[in-house]
Amino acid sequence: MMMKWGRELTILAALALLAGYLSLTQPNFRDAFTLSTILTNAAYVGVVGIGMTMVIVAGQIDISVGSMLAVCALIAGTLARAGAPMFLVVLASLALGLGMGALNGALIAYLRIPSIIVTLATLTALRGAIVWWTKGYWVMPLPPGWKFLGTTHILGLPLPVWIGWTAVLAAAYVLAHTIIGREVYALGSNPQAARLAGIDTARVTFWVFALSGLLVGLATMLHVTRFSMVQTQEGLGLEFLVITAVVVGGTNIFGGSGTVAGTYLGVLLLTVTSSALTFLGISATWDQAIRGAFILVAVTADIVRTGRWRQPVGWAR
Amino acid sequence: MAEPLLQLRGITKQFPGVLALDGVDFALTTGEVHALVGENGAGKSTLIKIISGVHQPDAGRIDYLGAPATFPTPRAAADRGIAVIYQEVALFPDLSVLENLYVGAYLRPLRTTGRRVDWARMRARAQEVVASLGVELDLGAPVHRLSAAQQQLVEIARALLRDARVIIMDEPTGPLAQPDVERLFSLIRQLRSRGVGIVYISHRLEEIFAVADRVTVLRDGRRIITAPVAHTSRDALIHDMVGRTLDALYPKTAVNAGTPVLEVDALGKDAALADVSFVLRRGEIVGLAGLVGSGRTTLAHALFGIDPPERGRVRLDGIDARVSHPGQARELGIAYIPEERQRQGLVLPFSVGENLSLAILRRLSRLGFVDHAREAAVARDFVRRLDIRTPGINVPAAALSGGNQQKVVVGKWLAAQPRVLIMDEPTRGVDVGAKAEIHRLMSELAGRGLGILLISSELPELLGMSDRILVMHRGRITGELRRDEATQEKIMTLATGAA
Repeated sequence: MMMKWGRELTILAALALLAGYLSLTQPNFRDAFTLSTILTNAAYVGVVGIGMTMVIVAGQIDISVGSMLAVCALIAGTLARAGAPMFLVVLASLALGLGMGALNGALIAYLRIPSIIVTLATLTALRGAIVWWTKGYWVMPLPPGWKFLGTTHILGLPLPVWIGWTAVLAAAYVLAHTIIGREVYALGSNPQAARLAGIDTARVTFWVFALSGLLVGLATMLHVTRFSMVQTQEGLGLEFLVITAVVVGGTNIFGGSGTVAGTYLGVLLLTVTSSALTFLGISATWDQAIRGAFILVAVTADIVRTGRWRQPVGWAR
Repeated sequence: MAEPLLQLRGITKQFPGVLALDGVDFALTTGEVHALVGENGAGKSTLIKIISGVHQPDAGRIDYLGAPATFPTPRAAADRGIAVIYQEVALFPDLSVLENLYVGAYLRPLRTTGRRVDWARMRARAQEVVASLGVELDLGAPVHRLSAAQQQLVEIARALLRDARVIIMDEPTGPLAQPDVERLFSLIRQLRSRGVGIVYISHRLEEIFAVADRVTVLRDGRRIITAPVAHTSRDALIHDMVGRTLDALYPKTAVNAGTPVLEVDALGKDAALADVSFVLRRGEIVGLAGLVGSGRTTLAHALFGIDPPERGRVRLDGIDARVSHPGQARELGIAYIPEERQRQGLVLPFSVGENLSLAILRRLSRLGFVDHAREAAVARDFVRRLDIRTPGINVPAAALSGGNQQKVVVGKWLAAQPRVLIMDEPTRGVDVGAKAEIHRLMSELAGRGLGILLISSELPELLGMSDRILVMHRGRITGELRRDEATQEKIMTLATGAA
């Protein structure tokens, strides 16, 4: 048990240390607003992280999540401004995310184009389309109903936090206890053996990307409904943050192993760290350096634990 | 006997939890082919790793060329003339033959000035060596275009270029078809006449009698016996390896074949498969013989939907079936035990239980959710029925021995309750004990009405286990032999297209 959940427990310990230190030294850190901001930020990144975990466990990568989020956000904002009711706006964001994810998935699973290439193309093309379409203008002002989702509180916490937690728990359950979950791990561990066991590997790959897109659509709604405008650079660099969280959370970048719980804790660690820098008065430019350090520490810990450093270079897995 | 080339005395090697070698003596003289046999885990690999500098012995001494020697690294062993040709070819597929011959240093004596590489001299030297072996090899060709046999030739030539005095061959005939095996043997005899000492490791005992001078049997890390092959027998070797006599090596029971379960009619796929037709009946084991590249695996892949055929018809229990995906094959009751157990048969990090349930997840689930209790029950049932030796169903498949891993693959497919079982080299690299168990299992399954298609490069296995043998050559079936009329010679005649 200790071994199995080792990564999760390590991150939890690091989180406790960091939060404990900040609570003691920075009285402001303890107030409800800080906590709620951290959790809300972690909610939308975490939801994208669920999809990314599945994609990476399946042995693939999706770097288009930031651009997909921006597209969902802009279309949602535009629809809201045109007077569409909020439930329709949410549905549109989900459908759009699913559609873009399905496009990625179809190109990867059925045309066999490597995922890094396909999602690099969609990352670039979608970002370009956004600039062309908005000409750089922000979508604003937004109708009063827009911020309903982002600002409603239940038991003192914003709705997006609850939705994020529900999504994380549901995804963790699905990966551990369903056929599709087992198939994703099998595919990522050994695609040949998975196919020869009768698993439709193309279908699984397609759905993993479609699901990643759908989750981006959901994350968009958790994120942008907190603000009164949609910016064109929404989601810029999100892929780096999410992939960092997934790797820090213990998912094997070569596929086959990883948990959604680990990813969510990774997201929390990164979010709390960013916030800590603000409190400690350290320049935000250090944020990136620290994220990089987290990746190196996490990966080094893995390699030392599994004894992989004893193997020659190029001996992946 | 000639002078001793390499002498090991009292070699002991302890790994965490296992005494891999326990005071083993081993000697190799110049111009000798010394076979090393034993079940998986007997200590053969550890012994050759000690000779070749991969491992250091905990106790014992090594004398090489008449003086005490240590080989602290593989490089040190190689520099002193000890070459290993591993089971899996260790070449660089995209580099040319010439580049492969010299890769990994050894260029030094051939460098003219500084670090410049003298290709002309390297090529001349390589041509000399290849010619001395009496073979032809295109030095400019990329290695991936060579056959398995030619690739092995490259490894042998590479060893000779390094003036190897000792060549260790680990299951060298694994990837070879019969005529290539003959060629390899004549090459080995030629190396022997040059005074090279050869350590020859193989699971195929008949090869040892064909090519070796002496044989050493290891069991559980100990040397059981060393004897000239002329003074031992196949049965005696097996007895020494397993510590017991295998009463029936091929426990094939006579069956009355039932109704046709699989009918294949003019199945074709470009040139690889030319209008193949045959019938497999319930309770029958049909052997599929042929050289590597003859279309046996292509046929299996076509039947299982991995590479669907372009032409022809397949009928299962008299009903037309189109198989375009392994998942479909599974639903139709076809199972396929692939050639490469670790790469294709198992998800190594998955537990034994998760591997056993992989093909039947749907049956073990409700609304897409896996019923873990039923999954564990099925897994335990198969572990017991197939006598899979594992500490438990939650142990990763990677931790099991080759024979037990193969039983997991077989179990996974038996769980799917197939009508037709295609087995591609089911006992390759499996030790003698586990091999017999797999053969016994095949007989039992056939007895219960399963139709089994057995692909094997091991002729004794085909002859011992099949009711009928189909022989393939260049994508077509060139002949069919009944159990009572089949011989190695007849199979080889048909397989080489000489008939």
